[in-house]
This record gives sequence, structure tokens and C-alpha cells, in this order.
Amino acid sequence: MATPEPKTPAAAKTRAKDKSPWNWLLFVPVVVPLIPAFYNSDSPRVLGFPRFYWLQLAYILLGVAVTTLVYQLTKRRGDR
Amino acid sequence: MWRDHVTEISIFTALFLLVSVMGFIASRWRAPKDMAHLDEWGLGGRNFGGWITWFLIGGDLYTAYTFVAVPALVFGAGAMGFFAVPYTVVIYPMVFLVLCRLWSVSHRHGFVTPADFVRSRFDSPVLALLVAITGIVATMPYIALQLVGIEAVLKAMGVTGETSLARHLPIIIAFAILAAYTYQSGLRAPALIAFVKDALIYVVILAAVLYLPYKLGGWGEIFDAADAKFAASPNPNDGILLNANNQVQYVTLAFGSALALFLYPHSITGVLASRNRDVIKRNMSALPAYSVLLGLIALLGFMAIAADVQPLPGATAGTVDNNTIVPVLFDQQFPSWFTGVAYAAIGIGALVPAAIMSIAAANLFTRNIYKEYLRRDATPAQEAKVSKLTSLVVKIGAVACIVFLDPQFSIDLQLIGGVIILQTLPAVALGLYTRWFHRGALIAGWAVGMSLGMWMLYQVSSPTRSHFGGSAFPLERFGFDTTMTIYAGFVAVLANLLVAAALTLVLRTAQVADGGDRTSPDDYFADEGDPRVSLGDRRGVDAAPESVAGASAG
Repeated sequence: MATPEPKTPAAAKTRAKDKSPWNWLLFVPVVVPLIPAFYNSDSPRVLGFPRFYWLQLAYILLGVAVTTLVYQLTKRRGDR
Repeated sequence: MWRDHVTEISIFTALFLLVSVMGFIASRWRAPKDMAHLDEWGLGGRNFGGWITWFLIGGDLYTAYTFVAVPALVFGAGAMGFFAVPYTVVIYPMVFLVLCRLWSVSHRHGFVTPADFVRSRFDSPVLALLVAITGIVATMPYIALQLVGIEAVLKAMGVTGETSLARHLPIIIAFAILAAYTYQSGLRAPALIAFVKDALIYVVILAAVLYLPYKLGGWGEIFDAADAKFAASPNPNDGILLNANNQVQYVTLAFGSALALFLYPHSITGVLASRNRDVIKRNMSALPAYSVLLGLIALLGFMAIAADVQPLPGATAGTVDNNTIVPVLFDQQFPSWFTGVAYAAIGIGALVPAAIMSIAAANLFTRNIYKEYLRRDATPAQEAKVSKLTSLVVKIGAVACIVFLDPQFSIDLQLIGGVIILQTLPAVALGLYTRWFHRGALIAGWAVGMSLGMWMLYQVSSPTRSHFGGSAFPLERFGFDTTMTIYAGFVAVLANLLVAAALTLVLRTAQVADGGDRTSPDDYFADEGDPRVSLGDRRGVDAAPESVAGASAG
């Protein structure tokens, strides 16, 4: 278990690239939560939560959505 | 009095004993062929899959202290304490690709610590030593703070004593057990215990955020109660929203903390223990589940306000210990068996990161001080032995910090720790992308960033203290006509980068010799099963023929 089976050099080589234009999407969830103007307000309240709290908690979903999307879009064929 | 808390203490003790047994059994878990190797003891065999990595890194980053201190901050200051949420949102997309590069290059070269990488990338044992020492110094108080988390719980259970030694006896025992099973099982112990810790935390917090608002009249009521409290307080910078003065602090603190998090040696240990790049990428989407938890835990601070919780007295007369508000809130609002489970969650929550941190600090010492300067020809078995012993020393040091010094000292040091670990950003994080910086310039940048950061923290006063009062540096000290504050670490790392860049240009123009680069561009994309990893000889950092420390053979 501790030592993975070595694969052929060709198999490793196909993965030797990491560049994709989709990676730029990752900037969205990095920049948006750092702009207080978007969320620094009490109204509207959702389920009693001021906007400051519900919107920032919602940004967690934004982060998950973007990282998942980028992962799926940049995953190479044949990879897990 | 502890007699009022017998149920809680019994459940706490039972769960604590359960995880202790698990910690010892962990040495046989995913049975290693030979434990006498740093890859096994210190990195769990570098073979953890998605689930284990998720529990391990989650248990590693979201510590007991975080769970106690963040609601305490929200209780005391309001919106400012919620910085933990944007902090843990921006972190994952930011490091998504960076960590994959770090994993790949470490996988191919057998690096165990960030300083190992710096050593090879910049061909500079001095820079590697600085990174290692920075990492150890930043991690030590963090371990001590985990004890503060346990202490908050013990205090709420009435487990106190007349003398300092009697008061600290429970955590001394707890840490002795922790030290013993970490010594035996290495990283496998916290990885296995993390399952229990996180299961407990998720159950407790979900129950709390569903039940408490119902009991306290709804979320709207809770926020209104907090608003009323902050409106009545004399402090101009508290409130359930940010104001014009602390927005920059909020953003720079969230961003700066995010930059710092994966520079901490214990975070990197968790990442390097994973099996392949895929595990890391999937975890960047899965770890935010803990951020939801942290956000909800932060709001416990407001619930404590709505429930009119009074914090317990602090270490010195006349002070209060805000870190006790969550334990006290649970004690007031929940039946004692559930409170016991909640306390155990916090207590066990302290053990997981404390174990990983001590392993990370021990690995740094072994690889970048012992092997580099004391014993160049150390065998893998000797490395593992030294690391195991160092992990014991680190834990004794952490306990000593709490027993013999004011806990406030550890809190100050942790504040400093976040600022100083950021100063390794140019060498470690940017170093993964570019070899452009001159090694001499990186050392100079580090020195400038460290000095500026320390000076800024020293200048920050709080209502109760004249120095080290926090990380919010008033911009008027730089001559700006404003009442705004900014995160000291953020300014320090900017200065560090500027110096490193400017000096690189100067040194290149002057043609001062720069070291080589022992990594190659395709090292940064290597994945599991890479043909160039020689598993027969995992001796670690490329065996350097030239000795910098002089003749140290033997």
C-alpha cells in the first residue's frame, strides 16, 4: 500500500501540464469576499440574518462551486 | 465547583480515553512496513486518500483554539470577529494550484518540510534555516494555545485548583498521553482521532445552531440583542457591522491570514501526507464544509450575548476570560450529558492539531537543523528517531509555556506567529512559481519584514495593554491623516516583497553569485506513480556533496 505501482513514463508525461484558462475563474471567490461594500449592511435580512452574515456565509458556496467547476473542467480524460 | 459537573466530567473523560486508545492503535493502522522512516512517522506514509486528508487537514486547520477564540472575538467586538469566514473562503481557491505544485516537487524530491524545498530551490542552507526557525517559532505558541482551549473547558467544568500545579494537572496528564501516542504512531494518530473529533464537532454545532435560536427567540432576536449591546458599549469599533475605520483591517486581516495559513508547517504536513494531486484538488472543494461550521461557531458569540452569558474570571484579578463564553453558554443552555459531549469535542479538538503541529515542528528540526548542521549522514531511521524525540520536547515546551507563564504570553506569541510566518511567503509560495528572486534578496526581505512586523505589533495598544494589543495597526502612525487600521502582517509582507524584488535587481546588476536550482520545471507537475521518484532510496533532500556547516561527517 505504501509504495504505489510505478506507471509507464508516458502515462506520467501526459499529466505534465497544469495550465488552463479556466484557472482564472479561481480569482472570483478570492476577490469577491474581500470587498466589504458588497455585504457591509444590515438589510435585507434573510431568516433573521443581516446581509453581512448571510451573504458572507453564501460566499462559501461560491468558493465551493468555483473550485469544483475548475477541477472538473481541467481534469484530464482518463484521470480519476 | 466540580461536583456540580460530574456528568460532564465523566463523559469528557470517557471520550478522552477512547481517543487515547485510538491514538495508540493508530500505529498499526494502514500498517507500515517500517516505521523507522520520517515518511512513515512524520507523513503517515504519504498515502492518505481523499477522506482521511479531509478529516486530517480539517482537524489541523480548524483548531480548538479557533473554536473558542473566534466566538469570543465575536462576543467582544462583533462583526470584526467574523473575518474568519472570508478568511476561510478565499484560502482554498487561492492555494488550489499552489499546493499541487508543492506536493509534486516534494513528492519527487522527498521533501518533508517547506524548508527542504527552499534548500533545494534556492541552493541556500541559510535561507532554509531561516524558514525552518520561523516555522518552529510560529508553531510553538500555536501548540500552547491548544491548551488554552482545553483550559477554557476545564474552567467551565469547575476543574480548578488552589495552586498553579493543581490547576494544570489535568492538562499535563492529557498532554503526556498525547505525547506518548504521537511518539508511537506519528501522523497516523491525529489522522485517526480526527474522525472522532470532527464527528463530535459537527453533531454538537448543528444541534447548537438549530436548538439555541429556537430557545433564544430566533436569529433576528439574537442579532438585535447583539446590536443593542454594542450600541451601549463605549468602544467605537464594535458592532454587528463594520465601520469606516475597520474595513481595511477586516479585509487585510482575512487576506493576510489566508496567505499565512498554508505557510504554517503543520498545514504543509497535512498536504504532503496526501496520496496524489487529485486528493488535494478535491479537498479544496470539500474543506469549506468546515468554514460553514466555523461561521456558525462564530455566531455562538452572539447567542452568548442574547443568552446574557457572563464570562468567567481571568487569570489575574479583575479581568474576565472571554474564551470561556462558549463553554459557559453550553453549560447554561444544554442538559449536562450534551454539554459533556460538547466539551469533549473541544478538548479532543485540541489534541489533533497539537499532535500535527508538534510533528511538523519536529520534522523541521530534524531535517533542516539536525541533518543539515549536526549530522549530515543521518540515516532515515536516525531521522525518525530524532523527530520522535523532538516532538516530545516540543510538547513539554508548550505545557511549560502555559504552566509557568501567563497564557496571555502565548496569545501574544501566536499573534506574532501569524505575522512572522507570512515572511516566508516570498521564498516558499512565490518560490514555487519563480526562481527569479536572488537568495540574498530573499534573506534581506525576510529580515526587513520580520523587523517591521514586530515593530508594528509592539506599537499596537488596546484598552487594557500598551503593547501587543492586537494586530490592527493605526495608519496614522505612518503619517496618514486617518483613523483607519490595517493588519500589521500584511504591511510587513509587502515591505518584505519590495525589498526582495529591489535587491534582486541590484544583486543581479552587480552580478553577485546566486545559487543554482536543484529542481526542474517538470518537477512541479509530477503525480502519483511518477517514474522519477526513487522509492528505494528515499533519503530526502538531494544529498549535497558540499558541506556548508563545515566538516560534520561522523
